[in-house]
Amino acid sequence: MHEVDMTRALLLAMEGWRQSHTPQVPRVGTVHLQVGAFTCVEPDQLVFTWQAAIRNSWLEGAELAIEPVALLGRCLRCSATYAPEPERGYRSPCCEHPMEEIVQGRELRISSVDYHLPQPGTASASLGPVGQSPPATTPPFPTSALRP
Amino acid sequence: MHMPLEDTLGLNLLAANQHQAAHNREHFDAWNLLCLNVMSSPGAGKTSLLERSLPHLAQDFAMAVLEGDMTTQLDAQRLEAVGIPVVPITTGRACHLDAAMVSGGLRLLRDRLDPAGLDLLWVENVGNLVCPAEFEVGEHRKVALLSVTEGDDKPLKYPVMFREADCVLITKIDLLPYLTVQVERIEEHILQVNPRCRVLQVSASSGEGLEAWHQWLREQVASQRSNLAAPASDQHGPPAALLSAVH
Repeated sequence: MHEVDMTRALLLAMEGWRQSHTPQVPRVGTVHLQVGAFTCVEPDQLVFTWQAAIRNSWLEGAELAIEPVALLGRCLRCSATYAPEPERGYRSPCCEHPMEEIVQGRELRISSVDYHLPQPGTASASLGPVGQSPPATTPPFPTSALRP
Repeated sequence: MHMPLEDTLGLNLLAANQHQAAHNREHFDAWNLLCLNVMSSPGAGKTSLLERSLPHLAQDFAMAVLEGDMTTQLDAQRLEAVGIPVVPITTGRACHLDAAMVSGGLRLLRDRLDPAGLDLLWVENVGNLVCPAEFEVGEHRKVALLSVTEGDDKPLKYPVMFREADCVLITKIDLLPYLTVQVERIEEHILQVNPRCRVLQVSASSGEGLEAWHQWLREQVASQRSNLAAPASDQHGPPAALLSAVH
């Protein structure tokens, strides 16, 4: 359930990005997303909901590539960087100091998007918002095989 | 052939929610109130705590509650019964409140009262230890509850929630004599994930520990007011500009 809301947030962000390319609609190949280990997002479930959510949208066929980012804390007593193991707890193994500073692991970041823009002169379909079917004419790329 | 392109975005996935949350917070600051987001697993005692604390705090503060619930308005009815204005927000499918839902709740609240007259606005989130930790609603402080019957391992299993909290209340401590759980271990596990938060032990049933909790709240209200009264350190800009943006 949580990943559905995260996917919706991702689609909103992508929609905002798409509008920066108006009137051309980018054909997205891959969306690169960094997901930190110290977040509430399960990457596999996010990919699953992503695939369901982009069907019949301008993002259909786009791959969601998740780059996992491990949790790293910094011990404020000795400055050592350490990877907490939840089984052992979050204290630093060097000084048994609590996890005061998180160096990385809180990322939920769209790092980059790989895409093509339609060639000049090619009719660019004007698409509706995310979740709506594109018009039947001039689809931006062949998707009919994927449609029921 | 056209060349493949790449846009480097570095965009936070939750940017839209954070934008709306910042907008909510501007309203709260313009109204000079402190907003608290109260979170826990289902049944940890959020509503019971508020039922007990609100009548006491009402002697000092004007308050209202935005009450998140997935399907019913039962919690809202319980809190209305103690005489505090409550706006229920039924989330339906969503297992947490987000900033847009709270914004909708604020519109309903403003139909009933002038929020500028409030000192404290409570947001009681949907019972869930996972999602609410990631979706800020514009609150100034996060309060997480963990009841002693949930076991001492929960801060390690759901660390994001406890990491994000400014105050963690260990609730239902009146049950400790009947349990094998050690409250010191619960506290230790919270503090290793988040050494900066305030941990307090309370029982809404017996009233034990509530005075320390109320004192923490009074300190937060005072600290928020002094922050807003010091424009030099106020990153949101002068209050006059905020007021014009809000109305």
